[in-house]
Amino acid sequence: MLKDITLGQYFPGNTFVHRLDPRTKLLMVIVYIIALFLCEWFVTYGIMLTFLAVTVAISRIRLKALFKGLKPLIFIIIFTALINLFYSDGEVLVKFWIFTITKEGIFNAFFLVLRIMLLVTGTFMLTYTTSPIALTDGIESLLSPLKKVRFPVHELAMMMSIALRFIPTLIEETDKVISAQKARGADFETGNIFRRAKALIPILIPLFVSAFRRADELATAMECRCYHGGKGRTKMKQLHYRLADLFAFLIGAAILASVIILRHYGL
Amino acid sequence: MSAIIEVKNLSHTYSIGTPFEHKAVVNMNFTVEKGEFLGIIGHTGSGKSTLMQHLNGLLKPTEGEILLGGENIHKDKQTTRAARFRVGLVFQYPEHQIFEETVYKDIAFGPKNMGLSADEIHQRVLRAAAFVGLKEEDLELSPFNLSGGQMRRVAIAGVIAMEPEVIIFDEPTAGLDPAGCKSLLSNIKDYQKATGATVLMVSHSMDDVALLADRLLVLNEGSVEMLATPSQVFVHAERLQQIGLTVPQVTALFLRLKQLGISVDPATYTLDSAVAQLLSLKGGKRHA
Repeated sequence: MLKDITLGQYFPGNTFVHRLDPRTKLLMVIVYIIALFLCEWFVTYGIMLTFLAVTVAISRIRLKALFKGLKPLIFIIIFTALINLFYSDGEVLVKFWIFTITKEGIFNAFFLVLRIMLLVTGTFMLTYTTSPIALTDGIESLLSPLKKVRFPVHELAMMMSIALRFIPTLIEETDKVISAQKARGADFETGNIFRRAKALIPILIPLFVSAFRRADELATAMECRCYHGGKGRTKMKQLHYRLADLFAFLIGAAILASVIILRHYGL
Repeated sequence: MSAIIEVKNLSHTYSIGTPFEHKAVVNMNFTVEKGEFLGIIGHTGSGKSTLMQHLNGLLKPTEGEILLGGENIHKDKQTTRAARFRVGLVFQYPEHQIFEETVYKDIAFGPKNMGLSADEIHQRVLRAAAFVGLKEEDLELSPFNLSGGQMRRVAIAGVIAMEPEVIIFDEPTAGLDPAGCKSLLSNIKDYQKATGATVLMVSHSMDDVALLADRLLVLNEGSVEMLATPSQVFVHAERLQQIGLTVPQVTALFLRLKQLGISVDPATYTLDSAVAQLLSLKGGKRHA
């Protein structure tokens, strides 16, 4: 069922990684991504892989959940691997018909696949260990300097938390509508692509109708409680950096520095 | 009477192997007789909705099996699909699944999926609309312009039009006004009488199920607590309250009378029987 999708799902826990400040985790992900794109050879990729493995181990996220998140990307991963395998210049190893496989191609393909997988699983770790509410709080706090240039930071964060808040509700609703239409004999599994697309109408229309109804009700409810934007609004849960966050930052800086230095030596 | 649905050792667990693992139904066993009106009651989270979705094959049991007319509904794909048509399911707030441009087309959606002839579909739509009290001129309206109560009738007609042997209603009266509730419930009873269909109705309202049901299935935390006629069930008023349920208002009154030492039947649940008992206490004379 749809409930089983893991994308952006939060796995509650109380580990070192879970307890880190959401801002720390957001910044760490940015550092992680930058470092990942600077990686060139086994040593640097090895550092990133080790870092990810340690984070996963500390946060006690199951490997199964992590690989499940990669599933939708299998096609892209295979496609990238093949393109790189066949279309890289360099020392030719095998040649048949229009395909040539080079030594560089094999390495390129291997590293790119590794990079995509590390990129996706690494960012998943953020959403797996941070509740959506904490995440939006973190984003709002990190973006708050932009308020000076009249960028609607609070509104953006509010929109994000509402959207995140309603993802499970919408999934539940979709499940319900699918069940109800199935109970009326709707068939989503057979037929050609046009028939299948048409079979989605009985799901999409009720979903749109209910999404608009919900939006209306939510707006009214917010107005009834005197919501009028972020000005003068206080927070129940304040974010605080702790010693653990400093520790995390140091690790992040160390990783970035070592990757930059090792890259210089082509490792 | 013969059994139409047999539930054997049914268990269902959601999200197995995740932190959200949750046992909704635990080892349920019961039989639904052909042609009966079975009321299903239970507190929120007692497994009513999960159970319902098993009965027409929408959910697959984690353990156990469901027999429809003696045949396992998950035997193969055809049997499962056939079960969807043989067991109609009216979800909670069924008006939220309406999608067609006209009332007529929405009611015709189910019969169309069954692959019936255009003529048969037309007959069924008219019959179903009549059962739920929709007028013929309403059929060409857009369902989204109707009132909530009318929309619910359209949605129920959409399931009735498939003319299933068993029809399950999940809280059909939730959110309707008292008059709407009453007329909808009498429509359902009329439908059962006219077609001889087996009806299962999930409800929070004891007063509603008590009046309509031949038997009551009481669920508690995913298991069957009781399965008996309403008067047999309401004898256990205390146990019902323990598991978060109430008894009908009339029963509550008669329980209190019994406690006060007046000789009445504490399991009374219909108004007629209540009036008869009170009158006989007064010596059988009706005063103005």
